Amino acid sequence: MTITDQQTALGAAQLPQVHGARNPGMALDMDWVLSARANRSAIERRAATLPGRRSVKKDHQAAWMARAISCIDLTTLAGDDTAGRVARLCAKARQPVRADLLEVLGLPDLTVGAVCVYHDMIAPAVKALDGSGIPVAAVSTGFPAGLSPMHLRIAEIEESVKAGAEEIDIVISRRKVLTGDWQGLYDEMKAFRAACGEAHVKAILATGELGTLQNVARASLVCMMAGADFIKTSTGKESVNATLPVSLVMMRAIREYHLRTGVRVGYKPAGGISKAKDAVLYLSLVKEELGDRWLRPDLFRFGASSLLGDIERQLEHHVTGAYSASWRHASA
Amino acid sequence: MSVKEIFETMSYGPAPEQAGDALAWIVDRGARFGHFIDGAFTEPGEGFESRNPATGEVLATLTQATSSDVAAAVDAARLAQPEWEALGGKGRARYLYALARLLQKHARLFAVLETLDNGKPIREARDIDVPLAQRHFYYHAGLAQLMEQELPGRAALGVCGQVIPWNFPLLMLAWKVAPALAMGNTVVLKPAEWTSLTALCFADICQQAGLPKGVLNIVTGDGAVGEMVVNAEVDKVAFTGSTEVGRKIREATAGRGIALSLELGGKSPFIVFEDADIDSAIEGVVDAIWFNGGQVCCAGSRLLVQEGIAEDFHTRLKARMATLRVGDPLDKCIDVGAIVDPAQKARIAALVDASGGEVFRAGDAPEGCFYPPTLISGLSPADPLMQEEVFGPVLVSTTFRTPAEAVQLANNTRYGLAASVWSENINTALDVAPKLVSGIVWINGSNMMDAAAGFGGVRESGWGREGGWEGARSYTRLVDDLPALTPVEGFAGEKVEPVAVDRTAKMYIGGKQARPDGGYAKAVYGADGSLIGQAPIANRKDIRNAVEAARGAAGWAGATAHNRAQVLYYLGENLSARADGFAALIDRMTGETGGRAEVEAAVDRLFTYAAWCDKFEGAVKPVPGRVVAMALNEPCGVIGALCPDEAPLLGLVSVMAPIIAMGNRAVLVASEPFPMAALEFIQVLETSDVPGGVVNILTGSHAELAKPLATHMDLECVWSFSSTDLAAEIERGAAGVVKRTWVDGLARDWLTAQGEGRVFLDAATEVKTVWVPYGA
Repeated sequence: MTITDQQTALGAAQLPQVHGARNPGMALDMDWVLSARANRSAIERRAATLPGRRSVKKDHQAAWMARAISCIDLTTLAGDDTAGRVARLCAKARQPVRADLLEVLGLPDLTVGAVCVYHDMIAPAVKALDGSGIPVAAVSTGFPAGLSPMHLRIAEIEESVKAGAEEIDIVISRRKVLTGDWQGLYDEMKAFRAACGEAHVKAILATGELGTLQNVARASLVCMMAGADFIKTSTGKESVNATLPVSLVMMRAIREYHLRTGVRVGYKPAGGISKAKDAVLYLSLVKEELGDRWLRPDLFRFGASSLLGDIERQLEHHVTGAYSASWRHASA
Repeated sequence: MSVKEIFETMSYGPAPEQAGDALAWIVDRGARFGHFIDGAFTEPGEGFESRNPATGEVLATLTQATSSDVAAAVDAARLAQPEWEALGGKGRARYLYALARLLQKHARLFAVLETLDNGKPIREARDIDVPLAQRHFYYHAGLAQLMEQELPGRAALGVCGQVIPWNFPLLMLAWKVAPALAMGNTVVLKPAEWTSLTALCFADICQQAGLPKGVLNIVTGDGAVGEMVVNAEVDKVAFTGSTEVGRKIREATAGRGIALSLELGGKSPFIVFEDADIDSAIEGVVDAIWFNGGQVCCAGSRLLVQEGIAEDFHTRLKARMATLRVGDPLDKCIDVGAIVDPAQKARIAALVDASGGEVFRAGDAPEGCFYPPTLISGLSPADPLMQEEVFGPVLVSTTFRTPAEAVQLANNTRYGLAASVWSENINTALDVAPKLVSGIVWINGSNMMDAAAGFGGVRESGWGREGGWEGARSYTRLVDDLPALTPVEGFAGEKVEPVAVDRTAKMYIGGKQARPDGGYAKAVYGADGSLIGQAPIANRKDIRNAVEAARGAAGWAGATAHNRAQVLYYLGENLSARADGFAALIDRMTGETGGRAEVEAAVDRLFTYAAWCDKFEGAVKPVPGRVVAMALNEPCGVIGALCPDEAPLLGLVSVMAPIIAMGNRAVLVASEPFPMAALEFIQVLETSDVPGGVVNILTGSHAELAKPLATHMDLECVWSFSSTDLAAEIERGAAGVVKRTWVDGLARDWLTAQGEGRVFLDAATEVKTVWVPYGA
C-alpha cells in the first residue's frame, strides 16, 4: 500500500476517495509546450471577478473549510526547527481542530493532508505521526534555491525517501525556464521523479521567479510531462508566492494535460494563503477550473502554516454564532 | 444536507442576497408609483404591474403616463432649463458629484432593486451596473466642471427626451442623464415599462441631492409613452433600444430640426485566432454572451473561430458551459439569471426553435422565466440566426480560415456595434481591429466599458457616441445662431452668344467624365440672361453609378494621411492656376462680383483640409485598469452630399475637402442653380492625382436626388446644404438603414470659419474605440 493509499484509507472513514494512477509522464512534446499561451490581462480579470462569482455560506462554508483543512500540508520550514517543535506540529496535524467543534460538525476524524518539513526533521515527524496515516512530506533538492550540485540534489531525495518521507517537494532550476532550456528542465524533473521511487513528487515552480505567466504555463507542462505528481507554486521563500492568476494558469495546464493524457496531476498553491476566506476561494477556483475530483487531498494541497489557525476560529464562529479568538484554539 | 455530507459533495449551496431593504423601499412608497415631474412624485394613476421576472411576483404598480403627464414633464423641463444652464458648468458639477456620491451610498439598494426588477444576477448589478453608473456621474461631473473652458462656443441643446431599455435600467439612465445634465440640458426620461424601479429610486436621490425642480423628469409607461416623449417639443431625442424602434424614431423626428442619437442593436462578432490564449478566450465568450443573459446590445453573439482550433475550442467551450450556474438572480453564486420577461423568453425560444445547426446546452434552465445558455454551431452566414439579433443567452458559431476571411465574415452584417478579437499576436490584432466595421473593438477582452470611452455603433447599430468628450459634445450646439437658409434660384434667359467651339459639360463618375443616364440636360443662364452652357440632369441611376464608383475607391481610406494631404494641396495649386476663369464664371452665373474672393477662399479651404489630414488626431482614453483605450477617428465610408446652392465653387469645395481629407469618398451633387463651376472643377480633379471614384460630381435637381441618396443602402452618410428644404425627405429616407445624416438648414457664410473646421471633421468621421488590455 502506498502512502497515498493509506491516506485514502484513512479518508475512507469519512468519504469514498478514489485514487487514480500516478502520472507516468510522457516524452517531451515541444510543440505543445511552445504553443502554451497565457494572456496576463485576461487571466487577471478572471481571477479578479471569481470572488464575486462564487460564494459559499453557512453549513456549506463550514464543510468547505473542513475540506480545506484536509488538504493542508501543515508546514514548518525554519532554521530553528527542532524535534520538539516538529512533534508539536504533528500533534496539531492529528487533531487540527478542537474535538468538540469537530464533533458538532460530524467530522471527528478530520486531519490535515500531510506534514511538510526539511530533511533533518523527517525522522521526528514520522515518529510523531506513527499510526495516524498522515504522510510526511520533505522539501528537497537544495530547497529553496535549488542551486546545489545535481548529484547532491538527487542524493538528498534518496536520503529523504529512506528516512520515511512519502512525498518529496522538489524545486526546479528557474534558470532553465528563464533561458528556455526546456529539455534541461525535463531531464532534471525526470531524474528527480526517478529518485523519488514510490514517494510522490511535487514540483515547485517558484512562479514568483519565472517572469511571465507564459513561462509558468510552459514549466507546468514540462514538469507534468516529466512525471510530476503535483505541481506547486512556490517555496514560500520568494517575494511573490501563490496568487490566483498563477493558480489559474497552472490549473489550466493540469486540465489540458488531463484532457490529452487522461492523467490527473495534483495542484498545490503555497505561501501567502493565511485566511479561511482565501482558502475557500482557492477551492472554488479548483472546482470551477478542474472539477470536483480535484477537491481531495490526493489532488489538491495547500502549503500553509498559519491558515489552520484562521479556519479554526471561523469554524468556532460557525458552531457558536460568536466571533472566536485565537487563544481558544490549541497552538501547534 | 449535513456538514459531513457537504464535505463529500463540495456543492455550493444557496448564497442569497437579502432583498428586505429593497422591498421595504418599495413598500414605504405604497408599492404604487406616479411620475417624477417638476421635482415631485405625482399621484399614482392608471397603470400596470412591474414584476420580478425570477418569481413572477408583483413588485409594484406603476402609472401609465398620459399625454398631459408628458406635456407637464416637458413643460417643467423647459421652465427649468435656462436657470440650470445659467448655473454654469461648475455649479452643475456639484449636483452631478452629489448624485454620484448618493448612488455610492445607496449602492446595495440600487443593486438589489435592479436584480429584483430585471432578473440579472446580483453579482452583475452589484459589481458592474451600479459602479459603472456611479462612474458616469463622477466622470460627467468633471465634464461639467471643464465645459466652459474646454468646449468654448458651445451651449446646451435645451430639453432632451430620453428613452431607455430594460437591459441596464440604471446604467442606461446614467449614460443618458449624466451627459445631458452636465452640458446644461434638462431631461424627460422614460424608462422601460418592465424595469422602471431604479429610475424611480434615482428620482428619490435627486430629491436628496436637492437637484433643482424640473431638471430631471421621469415618466413611466409603455412604448406609447415613448412615442409621446419623442413627439414632444424637445430639442434632442436620445434612444437606446431595438433597431426597429430606432428606425421609427428616425422617421418620427425627420425634418423637425432636432438632434438625435440612436444606440441600437447588434450581432457582434467574437473572433478567435489560432494563436489566442484559448482558455482566456473561452472566459471571454462567457463574458461576451452570458453577461446579463445575452440581453446586451453589444453582446458577442457571433463566434468566429479559426478552423484549425475550432474543434478543440468548441469542446472546451462546452465543458465551460457545464459550470455556468443558471437560477435565482439574487443568489451570489449565479452566473445567468432570469430573462427580463416571459415575452422576451418566448421571443428567444421562437428564434432558436426555428434555427438549424447543432444546438448544444449543458443543462436545463430552472422552471420559470429562465433560458439556458445555448450554443448553436455549424451555421453558415446565410442562416437567419447568424444575422438576427437574439438578445438572449444564445451564441452562434462558424469558422474562418484567414484574417481576411475573419474580417469579411465579421463585417457581413447589418449591424456594427462591437467586436472582440482574440490573438496573442499584436500584429494580427492591430491589423484586424481597424478593418472591423464597428464602433468598439475589444482586443483580448469583451464588454469593457467606461465613461471616458465612447460607446456606440455604425450601420444599423445607430449613431452617436455615449461617454467621453465625443458623447458630451452631442448634447451641445454651437452658440452662434445661424439664420435659416432661404431658397436660391438660378436665372432664366434666352440670349445665346456664338462660341468658337461647342463645349459639352459632363458629370464625373469613377474618375471619368460621364453623360447623364437619362440623356437630359438643362440650359444654365447667367444673371444677364445669356446662356452659359448645358448642365446634365442626373437621375437615380447616376447616383447608383456614382456610389458604386465611390465604394470601389476604398483604397483611399488606406492611403496615408500625408498622401491625402498632398492630393488636397495639389488640388489647391491647380485651382489657383485657374483662378481667373473660375472667378469670371462664378460672377457670370451669380451676377455678383464675389467670384475672385470665392476662388481664393476655396484654395484656402483646400489648404486648410490638407493641413487637417494628419492632424485630426484620435485620443488615448484614461480608462481604469491596465488597458490602452484608443479612440480612432475613422472615415465614415461613402458620403453623399447636396452641395450649397449659394456658393457654387466654395460650397462644393467646403463639403468635398473634409470628406476626402478624412479618407471618405464623396458623391457630390453640385449647386442646383449654379452648377457650371462644379463641372469646370472636374478638370481640376482630373489634373490633381485624385484617384478615380474618390470624388464624384453630379448635377441636377436636389429634390429629385435627395431620396435616392437618402435611401441608398451602400452610402454611410448623407449631408445636405441645399437651399431646398429636404430635411424631412432625407431624414425619413435615411431611416431605412439608420443612416447618419447632417441636414441643419442653416445659412453659413462659407467665406468665414462657419464653413470649415471641427464640425465638418466630426461629421466626416466615426470614433472607433479600440480597447487593448496588456500585461506580459
